[in-house]
Amino acid sequence: MFAYLIRRILYIIPISFGVTVLVFALVHMAPGDPLSAVVPPDAPEEMVQELKKAYGFDKPLPIQYATWLGRILVGDLGVSIARSRYVTDELAVAVPNTFILAAGGTLLGFTLGAFFGGVAGYFQGRWIDKLATGIAITGISVPHYWLAIVLVIIFSVEMNVLPSIGMGPGGSTAWQWNAENLKHLVLPVITLAVIPMGIITRTVRATVAEILNQEFVQALHAKGLLNQQVLMHVIKNAAPTMLSVMGLQLGYLLGGSILVETVFQWPGTGLLLNSAIFERDLPLLQGTILILAMFFVLLNFLVDIVQTAIDPRMARG
Amino acid sequence: MSRRALDEKQQATVDAAQVAVQSRGYWATVLVRIGEDKVTLVCGAVLLVIVLSVVFADWIALADPYKADMMKRLKPIGTPGYPLGGDEMGRDMLTRLLYGGRLSLFMGVTPVVTALGIGGLLGLVAGFLGGRVNMLIMRAMDVFYAFPSVLLAVAISGALGAGVGNAILSLTLVFIPPLTRVTESVTTQIKNLDYVEAARASGAGNLTIIRVHVLSNVLGPVFIYATSLISVSIILASGLSFLGLGTEPPEPEWGLMLNTLRQSIYVNPWVAALPGLMIFMTSLTFNLLSDGIRSAMDVRL
Repeated sequence: MFAYLIRRILYIIPISFGVTVLVFALVHMAPGDPLSAVVPPDAPEEMVQELKKAYGFDKPLPIQYATWLGRILVGDLGVSIARSRYVTDELAVAVPNTFILAAGGTLLGFTLGAFFGGVAGYFQGRWIDKLATGIAITGISVPHYWLAIVLVIIFSVEMNVLPSIGMGPGGSTAWQWNAENLKHLVLPVITLAVIPMGIITRTVRATVAEILNQEFVQALHAKGLLNQQVLMHVIKNAAPTMLSVMGLQLGYLLGGSILVETVFQWPGTGLLLNSAIFERDLPLLQGTILILAMFFVLLNFLVDIVQTAIDPRMARG
Repeated sequence: MSRRALDEKQQATVDAAQVAVQSRGYWATVLVRIGEDKVTLVCGAVLLVIVLSVVFADWIALADPYKADMMKRLKPIGTPGYPLGGDEMGRDMLTRLLYGGRLSLFMGVTPVVTALGIGGLLGLVAGFLGGRVNMLIMRAMDVFYAFPSVLLAVAISGALGAGVGNAILSLTLVFIPPLTRVTESVTTQIKNLDYVEAARASGAGNLTIIRVHVLSNVLGPVFIYATSLISVSIILASGLSFLGLGTEPPEPEWGLMLNTLRQSIYVNPWVAALPGLMIFMTSLTFNLLSDGIRSAMDVRL
């Protein structure tokens, strides 16, 4: 286990390095002047040069990369061009908001998925299995940004019971645990939960069906255990797979909430990314993508470690 | 080593490849099985109808997809002459949906086909040669795996700027890593089978072995895996347009139409939901079809 841990930590280093190169390259592939967002087209040439110097855009790319890497290693993601605020400050507001959404979506999706998948796997081939599998494939196939709009149509436009945009009253960006904010949470969380629900249902169904076919289950029945007791054993065996899928889904939702956040105008990283793209705010774009990718790398790492802790056979794979 | 395990679909692909090698008259069996599977047949038919009506939109559509009419703005579904209502500019919704499918399907299918070519080649090379080449290719793919797919797609097309070409490019880059990984797994597995060893012993060169013995057994399963990606690709492609990163108005495209109609949900909500319904139906039938073909290919079931 210890050797595995070290190996896994060492693996993060080249990957993270690759991620920084990719993020940097990405943003600098972008056509056009990085300062076009703030500098009017008729600005005097000296002023443009001065600004370029101030932001470091006048140096060759490898130097810019090295400087950028040196800065991000000490936690400095630079200053947003369009907003003139520290990227880290913007992220400090946005990341927790996205995390609330992603965690809510994962929890709901996981609960439903584990239930549907467990039932489907247990009653394989019966109508209840077909129903659960149908729900799962619908969940995977639905464009969630459309589902978001349909939910808004039903619950905000037609029934007028839930708010359609924002995170709280008056467009607040700081989360508080009260009824008004929770109401704003309902629709985005349902929307985000649909894909993980589908994926987890399918995974759990396959895992449960596979475990039920193993000999030890027969042995437990032969030993005289009740069905519920056997089920506990099955759940215990399915846990590592379920956990790993859940961890990955949380990662996907953290990084992939841009569409849902755009529909619901939720003030998280997705909305930040959206405005960074359309304001062509390179430092903000770079910083947000980098942080989201690093979260994903870290989550993958944690999932692997927890999975190995539960099931030591994984370390050999 | 610490490379992440294959996910459920990828594993199924690899398993199916193993079985494919073992039995005779395999493809005939698969066809018979598909013929018996009603869900798959129905999905195939629905998909065929969608694709045909989109391709032949010129003959089917009653109106001009670009012709605006202020009097017909946001007419409800069922208005005479406007069977599916009018959009925010008073254009015929049915016509727009038919024409819109062209770009949506094109933007969804092209990245997977391109990525199948590139990723398939990379995976084949990595799997067959093994060693350092494998290490180099697969580690490079791992870097792309450090990004959730939606983030990667949005990041690349966001950086490159709006446009159909950029959206297709970004989605291609999203699908190359998973296709490389699956092809590599299948190739590695088949390379180690006895009959490849026998071919080598009888003097066949690398290229002959790949062409005659490996490729034929790798293509089927990898192709099926690729079809399962099309549904994701269609959702993501329209999603990029929805964000304003794909095509531009007044071009009809399902994702973009969904976005522009979004402003009108308080006037005529259900017309606004139609383009998304098309994306959903297309993606659902693709998914069910791909599932059906995969389970028909899996002889163990």
